[in-house]
Amino acid sequence: MLARTADNIYWVSRYLERADFLARLIEASNRISALPTAYAAKQDEWTSVLIASGADETFPEHFDVANEGNVIAYLAFDPRNASSIRNCIEFARTNARAVRTALTVEMWEHINSAWIKLKSFEGRNGEPTAIDREALIGFLDFVKETSSLYDGFAYRTMLRNDVYYFSRLGVSIERADNTARVLDVKYQLLLPEHEPLGGSVDFFQWSAILRSVSALTAYHWVYRESIKPWNVADLLILRPEMPRSLISCYGEVVRWLDAIGNQYGRHGDPQRQARAIKRKLEGASIKEIFQSGLHEFVDGFITDNNGLAGAIAEHYLLG
Amino acid sequence: MSQFFDEMTNGATEPRPLYDRIAEWLRVSPPALLDSRREQAEILFRKIGITFAVYGDKEAAERLIPFDIIPRLLGRDEWTRLEAGLIQRVKALNMFLTDIYGRQDILRAGIVPSDLIFRNECYRPEMQGHSAPHDIWTHIAGIDIVRIDEEDFYVLEDNCRTPSGVSYMLEDREMMMRLLPGLFSQHAVLPVDNYPDNLLASLRSVAPPHCPGDPCIIILTPGQFNSAYYEHSFLADKLGVELVEGRDLTVRDDVVYMRTTEGLKRVDVIYRRVDDDFLDPLVFRPDSALGVAGLMGAYLAGNVTLANAPGAGVADDKAVYTYMPDIIRFYLGEEAKLKNVRTWRCREPDSLKYVLEHLSELVVKEVNGSGGYGMLVGPHASKEQIETFRQKLLSDPDGFIAQPTLSLSTCPTSFPGGVAPRHVDLRPFVLSSADGARIVPGGLTRVALKEGSLVVNSSQGGGTKDTWVLATNAK
Repeated sequence: MLARTADNIYWVSRYLERADFLARLIEASNRISALPTAYAAKQDEWTSVLIASGADETFPEHFDVANEGNVIAYLAFDPRNASSIRNCIEFARTNARAVRTALTVEMWEHINSAWIKLKSFEGRNGEPTAIDREALIGFLDFVKETSSLYDGFAYRTMLRNDVYYFSRLGVSIERADNTARVLDVKYQLLLPEHEPLGGSVDFFQWSAILRSVSALTAYHWVYRESIKPWNVADLLILRPEMPRSLISCYGEVVRWLDAIGNQYGRHGDPQRQARAIKRKLEGASIKEIFQSGLHEFVDGFITDNNGLAGAIAEHYLLG
Repeated sequence: MSQFFDEMTNGATEPRPLYDRIAEWLRVSPPALLDSRREQAEILFRKIGITFAVYGDKEAAERLIPFDIIPRLLGRDEWTRLEAGLIQRVKALNMFLTDIYGRQDILRAGIVPSDLIFRNECYRPEMQGHSAPHDIWTHIAGIDIVRIDEEDFYVLEDNCRTPSGVSYMLEDREMMMRLLPGLFSQHAVLPVDNYPDNLLASLRSVAPPHCPGDPCIIILTPGQFNSAYYEHSFLADKLGVELVEGRDLTVRDDVVYMRTTEGLKRVDVIYRRVDDDFLDPLVFRPDSALGVAGLMGAYLAGNVTLANAPGAGVADDKAVYTYMPDIIRFYLGEEAKLKNVRTWRCREPDSLKYVLEHLSELVVKEVNGSGGYGMLVGPHASKEQIETFRQKLLSDPDGFIAQPTLSLSTCPTSFPGGVAPRHVDLRPFVLSSADGARIVPGGLTRVALKEGSLVVNSSQGGGTKDTWVLATNAK
C-alpha cells in the first residue's frame, strides 16, 4: 500500500482514540469538580487535566487561569488547541477523506457523518466560558460513540491486511500514550503515603483515574476489593486483561507489527523495539515499579512509546 | 406553448410514449412525496461525501451538486444513433491527434489552419514526433450533447483532457434505485454500472509492452482540495487501484515508482486527473508541486502510459471544434453522424464582424475556457457585460468563438412545491482502448436549475439527473 495511505489510516485511528480519551478525561474531571469543596483535591484538577491532555503548554497563551469553563471549552471545542476534540474529529475526517479508498464505505460514511454532526455541537458550545452541562454530556457521549463505531465498522468490515493492521496499530499506540499520561499526571496520588481511608478525598481521585480510562467496573471484577492505589497502578500498567493497560496495548502493538512484518516478509526496527518494550512490561512487578519510582517508570515508557512511533513513521509511513 | 423541445411532452398535451409512466407518476405523486425524496437524496449525498469545491467560494468549500429526482429518458433507438455518432467522433479525434503530433497530413492538406494548432495553448511541442501507445490519445472522452428537437443530437463541446462527471452518472443511478425503486423497475433501464470494469479493461489494454503480467495501474489526483477529488477517490475505489498524489511518486532512470509501505513499486499506467501544465515541473510549469519530476521522460521512453495522453487538449479546443465535420471526413471518409452547433470563428474577419453586431443574441466562449467560466450569454447579459466582451473580442479575436443561443431541450424538474421544465444537456463518456471503443448506455445529464438559464455547469448552479436509456424505442 501507499506509504501516505498507511500514514493517514494510522492517524485517523490515533485522532479518534485521542478524542475518546479526552471525552473520558473531561467526564471524570467533571465528577471531581462537582464534589463539595471539602473533598477538593490538593492538586488543581483542571490544571492536571490540561497536563494529561498535553494542552498545558498552549493553554496559557489564551487564558490567564484554568477553570472548569475555559478548560472544557479549550479541550473540547477550541480550534486553537491542536488536540481539542473538535480538531481530532476534524483531522481524522481530513485524513480519512485523503484515503477514502482505503476505508470501507461504512467507515467513511460514519466518520463523515460524525464530522457533519460535530458542527451542530459547535454552535451551542462555542463560548469558552459558558458550558451547558447537559449539552456537554450529550457531546461527550457523541464523541465516545464516534470512536467506538469507527472501531466497530473497522472490525466488522475491513479486509484483514496491512490497511487494517496500520489502523489497529494507531489505536494501540495512542491508547498506550493516553493511559501513560494519566498515570504520569496523577502518580503522586498513587504513592504509598496515601493510605486508603474510606471516603477519603483520594478515593474519589483514584476512582476518577479509573473512570478516565473506563476501568472503574473492571477494577472491581479484577481485584474484588476497595480501591487501593497500588492496585490502580497494577491494573493500568501490568494487567493483560485490562484493554487500556500498558501491557495490553503492547500485546496489540506487537501483534499488529508482526502481522505487518509477516505480510511483507520482513521484520525490522519497529518489531524489535516493540518486543523490547513488551518484554520490559512483562518482566516488571508493581512492587519493583514502586520501589524504583512510579514516575520514572511511566516517564521511561512514554519516551519508549514515542520512540517506537517514530520508528514506525520512519520505516513505513514516510515512504 | 414553449418554444423549446420538451423531452416529455414535445409541446403536446399527451406525453411522448417514452414518458408515459413518468407523466403518470408525476400526476399521482403528491408534491410532499417529491419534496421528501429530494431531501432524502441530499442527506444521502452529504453522508457519502459527494461534494465538489467551487473555486473562489471559500464559504462553501465543499458543496453538493443539486440532484433532481425526475429521470431523463432516452429510447433505445435514440441511443443507438447517438452511440454510433460518439464512436465515430472519438475515433476521428484520436486519429487527428496522432496526425497532429505525427505527419500532420491534415495541416498540409489545408483542412485545418496550422496556426490554430501551433499557437494553441494546449498544443504540446514536447510531444511532436511522438506517438501514443496504440495511437490512443484520449482514452476517456466526455462529449457534451444537446438536443433542440426530437430528431437530432448536436455536439456542444468535446472534452479530451480530463473530463469529469462520471461518478455522478453512477451515483445518481444508485440514488434512483434506492429512492424510487418502484418507478425504476417499471422501466427497463439499460445498466451503466459496468463502467468501472470497462475503464479498467481500457487502461489495462494500453499498458506498456514491457509489462509481464498484471500492470500496476494508478489514478493520479491533485489532492483533496481539487474540485473533482470525490470523483478521483470514487473511481480508485471502484477500480481497486491506488489513488496517488505527485508526492507519492518518484522517477528513477525513466521508470515511475510509487512509495509504498514496502518500498518503491513500479507503475505502468497512470490515469491522471492532473492537467498537462502540472504533470512534470521539468517539462511544463516549473512551480508545479502536483506532478512528478521526470514523468514526461518516463512517458516518452515508453515505460509508463499516461491516460489521457499529454497534448490531447489540442483536439478539444473550441476553435478546432468548428472543423470537426471536416476532420471526420478527412480521416474516415464519412459524414459526421452528430451535428456541430453553428459556430462563428472570431479569427475570421467576416465572422468577427457578424458576432460584434449580434452580441446580444449570441453565446460567446473563450476558445480555451471550460466549466462555464468566461463566457457571455448575450440574451441574459447586461449592457456593461456586453461592452466588456466587445473589448475582449477586439483585442483577442482568435481567443473566441460564438454560437447562437441554443434552444436547449427541457425536461421536467422538481422544486420545492412543484415541477417545471428546465434545460438539460448530456455528457456520455467514451472509452478508447487497444481493442476498440466502449460506451455504457447513459451519461451525465446536467440541468440548469434557474428558470430560463441555459448554463448547466455545476460551478454555475447546475444540477444533475439520472439518465435512463430504455430497452424500448422512443418511436
